[in-house]
Amino acid sequence: MTSGRIRRRSPVLTLAMLAFLVYFLLPLFWLVVASTKTTGDLFGSFGLWFADDFSLPENLRRLFTEQDAVYGRWLLNTAIYALVSAGGAALLAALGGYGFAKFPFRGNKALFGMVLGAIMVPSTALAIPTYLIFAQVGLVNTPWAIILPSLVNPFGLYLMRVYAQEAVPDSLLEAARIDGAGEFRIFRQVVLRLLAPGFVTVLLFTLVATWNNYFLPLIMLNNPSLYPVTVGLANWAASASAGGGAAGDVLPLVVTGSLLSIIPLVAAFLMLQRYWQNGLAAGSVKQ
Amino acid sequence: MNARRARVGYLFVAPFLIVFVAMLVVPLAYAGYLSLFREQLIGGTTFVGLDNYVRALTDERLLGGVLRVAEFFLIQVPIMLLLGLFFALALDSGVLWLSRFIRLGVFVPYAVPSVIAALMWGYLYGPEFGPIAQLAGALGLPAPNLLGDDLMLGSLANIVTWEFTGYNMIILYAALRAVPSELYEAAAVDGAGTWRTAWSVKIPALRPALLLALIFSIIGSFQLFNEPQLMQRLAPNVIDSAYTPNLYAYSLAFTSQDVNYAAAVSFLLGLAIVVVSYTVQLAVNRRRTP
Repeated sequence: MTSGRIRRRSPVLTLAMLAFLVYFLLPLFWLVVASTKTTGDLFGSFGLWFADDFSLPENLRRLFTEQDAVYGRWLLNTAIYALVSAGGAALLAALGGYGFAKFPFRGNKALFGMVLGAIMVPSTALAIPTYLIFAQVGLVNTPWAIILPSLVNPFGLYLMRVYAQEAVPDSLLEAARIDGAGEFRIFRQVVLRLLAPGFVTVLLFTLVATWNNYFLPLIMLNNPSLYPVTVGLANWAASASAGGGAAGDVLPLVVTGSLLSIIPLVAAFLMLQRYWQNGLAAGSVKQ
Repeated sequence: MNARRARVGYLFVAPFLIVFVAMLVVPLAYAGYLSLFREQLIGGTTFVGLDNYVRALTDERLLGGVLRVAEFFLIQVPIMLLLGLFFALALDSGVLWLSRFIRLGVFVPYAVPSVIAALMWGYLYGPEFGPIAQLAGALGLPAPNLLGDDLMLGSLANIVTWEFTGYNMIILYAALRAVPSELYEAAAVDGAGTWRTAWSVKIPALRPALLLALIFSIIGSFQLFNEPQLMQRLAPNVIDSAYTPNLYAYSLAFTSQDVNYAAAVSFLLGLAIVVVSYTVQLAVNRRRTP
């Protein structure tokens, strides 16, 4: 720090940022308010404030009991798909990123270049052909149809390679080798620890991508008990907007279910912020 | 020794590359293969060469969708990136109160699935019961038809901006934190003020991160699907099955059962995104080295 730099806080800029913050938080505030309302109040009362009846407990009770408690199933499915995909993707990216960063094997540059090019291939362009392949090998309508495509994260590999170059000193590897440690033991006991912020970054962002995935499960699954929460809620929302009576009273379930399903990710981001902010810094500076 | 090290290197990259080939290269190649055939009621599947591509390039519904997402990109991405840049610079300037709270608050929508974002905003937009219409009514103003033909693209752009501004802010902010402090000291010695430093030191240092954000935004815009697909139920007359190229490919594959043509559309869309992304990268990098 230079000594002469005293930063005066700016009330104007702070107020401007708080005004923007209202925009970003208002829909979430609406969601919290709406989850405490009955269907009648959702339409009848002012949207951005609570109604007289506080029906959050009732909404939660219905959410976890109606339609054979399928919502709990969806949450569980989402958690499984997201955790397995993110863990697998982060591990593959860490192994591969370290391999590309520290081992000058023949074809290293060409193979890495190929993976880099694939960052730009849009995942939805792959979804339809992947569906057709999975349909032929019997993987459609299984959890693998969601997990396997989510294991590939070319940007994650790129991030881990950059991170490995920065964070893993060659001298440390040489010292471990001289001590007679095997390459995979070095990876497990030395490298993985040094790569932790990058690993957590890839883990979290794959977690978000899979948790939020909609297109892939929409086309891969047609068994409601395999749905992740996104597809399930979208179906409920469709039946709610298609016509109240026949579908039953599902609108409060959509709203309360939406609120509940975003809490785990928000919590994960808040708790792990130290890691992913460091991890991102590495990836966004180098090019 | 070196041969052994090389072998170990292959072992480290092999798991990633195997899944990469199986889940990315093979589907891409398969889409390319399928796109060369056509299924007919009489005669089964026949090889038609590039016919599906000729059909795609003259398909007005597809071209309309491509133009629409291009328009979306031109409107939405500059707003989102400028906001993200402004927020990142404001946070990095160190003159904000509550900066940690602001940073996390702006970022939080990124953790909200786009399905839920679209459901929420769809309700907020509602012309009869939505809070926006309620507020307009309370002020005696006519409620804007946010789900109508004129405003729909803007309403979708608003949802995407809400979701991803915080993400871009964080990427740019992380890059700013990594700018070596000697650069700032040099600028201070030269007598540069806050704005001058932002313009001459910070923004050039952000170039790689901005480019990255831009590339991801191109990819995101051109494969727009979730938000319009969910809005379709609220405004079926505004959002048809070819509103975006991805919606079109989806309806071709699963409603019309025309997988060969759907594969060609997917393949073309992927190709277009790669070409646009590369062009942008080349343009930016050329300007960097005068």
